[in-house]
Amino acid sequence: MNNTLKFRVNGDDVEVAVPPMARLLDVLRETLGLTGTKEGCGEGECGACSVLVDGVLVNSCLVPVAQVQGGEVLTIEGVALHGAGAGAGAAATPPALHPIQSAFLQCGGAQCGICTPGMVMATVAFLQDSQKGTVTEESIREALSGNLCRCTGYVKIVDAVLAASQGAKP
Amino acid sequence: MRGHTAELEFLSPTTLDDALEHFARGAACSKPARAFAGGTDLMVQLGARPVDVSQGPFVNLSCLAELKTIDVREDAVVLGALTTYAQACAHPVVAAEFPALCLAARATGAPAIQNRGTFAGNIANSSPAADSPPVLMALDASYELTSARGRRFVHADAFHLGYKKTELAPDELLTRIFIPRRNSLETEWRMGYRKVGTRRAQAISKVAFAGALRTRGGMIIDVRLCYASIAPVPLRVRAVENFLRGKPTSASGTGATETDAQAAVALLRSLLCPIDDVRSTADYRKEIACRLLADFLLSESEERSPT
Repeated sequence: MNNTLKFRVNGDDVEVAVPPMARLLDVLRETLGLTGTKEGCGEGECGACSVLVDGVLVNSCLVPVAQVQGGEVLTIEGVALHGAGAGAGAAATPPALHPIQSAFLQCGGAQCGICTPGMVMATVAFLQDSQKGTVTEESIREALSGNLCRCTGYVKIVDAVLAASQGAKP
Repeated sequence: MRGHTAELEFLSPTTLDDALEHFARGAACSKPARAFAGGTDLMVQLGARPVDVSQGPFVNLSCLAELKTIDVREDAVVLGALTTYAQACAHPVVAAEFPALCLAARATGAPAIQNRGTFAGNIANSSPAADSPPVLMALDASYELTSARGRRFVHADAFHLGYKKTELAPDELLTRIFIPRRNSLETEWRMGYRKVGTRRAQAISKVAFAGALRTRGGMIIDVRLCYASIAPVPLRVRAVENFLRGKPTSASGTGATETDAQAAVALLRSLLCPIDDVRSTADYRKEIACRLLADFLLSESEERSPT
C-alpha cells in the first residue's frame, strides 16, 4: 500500500512511492540512497538519524514519511552545500565543508564517525537558533543531549561546537 | 526497510470533522482508529512489537490546523492537541506563567523529541511514567475530549482510570488542554517539579513529582501533590493534601512547618506501594517520593532543577 509523496530533500524536489508509515530514515537511506544519515537505536534515544524537517531537528527513525509531505528535509549530505564556497557554479567542484564540519575536523570531534552526521545536524539546529555569544558549554550539552557518542567522551565534540559558535555565522 | 509498516493504514484528514468521522467509523465497527500526533511513542511501539493488523487505522493529526494553536484567554491558556513540548516552552505566556510545565517539557527526551512529541500524545498514551500528566494535574488542567457526538471536559486528575486506561471513548480525540491562569487568582500558587531518572536527558523517570501550594494569611489554603512512576496511573495523593490543607505555613510563609512536613511525609510513606521494575525498585521509589515531597514543602522558592 504505497502512497506517492512529494517533498524536498537538500533543496531538491523528490517524489517517492512508499508506504505512508515508512520511517523517514529508511526512505532517505534506501529509496533515495542518502546513507549519510545513520541508524543507531531505532527508537529516538541515540540521535544518529538526526535530520532537520522544516528547519527543526528530528529523529528520522520516529517520523513516518507521510508527515513530511510538502516539507523540506535537510540531511548531512545537504549541509556542506549550504556552507561557504557553495553556490552557483559550485556543483563542478567538491562542496566546501560547512564551518561546523570544519570545526569537528579541527577539534577532533569525530572518531569512529557513526554519530557524527547526527552530531553535526543537532549542531546545525542549535546554532541556527542561538544568538552569537550566548552559547555556553552547558547549552551545548543540553542541545546535544539526544545524541550519543561511544568514542569521544564528548569533550572534543563540545569543543567543536563551541569553536563553530565563535566562528562566522554561516 | 521495516516491512510491517507497509501493512498499516495511515489516514491524513485535513479537517477535524473528517478526523472525527474516522474515529466514529472505527468505533462503530469495533476497530477503533488510533490517533497519531508526533509519533515519538507510537513509532517506538511499532518497532518493538509485531503489528496488530486487527486494529483500526492510524489517523494522522498533523494536517489539522485547528489543533495547532496556543490560545491565550483571560482565564486559561489553551494548548491545541498538536502543541509540542518545544512550542510550549517557546511561548512567552506559557514560559512566564507555567514554568513547571516547561521544566517537565524540557525533562522529556531531548531536543529532537521535544520538537515532535506533544502533551496530548503524552497524556493519551497514558504511561504511568509520562512526564506531563503530574504537572498538568498540579496545574488543575482540563482536557477537551471531542467526538462526532460532541465534546466534553474531563479534569486532568480524573482522566486516568487504570493502567493504560483513560476516559477516552473509542470515538473520542483529546483535542485541547485547558490550563487555568494563576495570575487570575487573588493569591499566588507556588509550583514545583522534579524528575528523577538515570540521567537528565532521554531517561524515563524512576519518580517524578509536581506540586502546587497556595497560601494566604499564614495558612495553607490549597495544595495539589502529583506523581509519575509510583502507581499504575499518574497519581494525586489527596489524603496528604487533605492533611496539609488548613495547616499554618512555615515562618517564611512559602511552605509547611517542619513538623507538618514530617507528618505529611509519614502519611505519604504509609500510602504508597510502588513496584520494582527495570528502571527502579519499590524501596527507592518510595524513599525518593518522600524526599521530593519534603523538599517541596520546605522549599522557599520554585523548584528549578530537573533530575
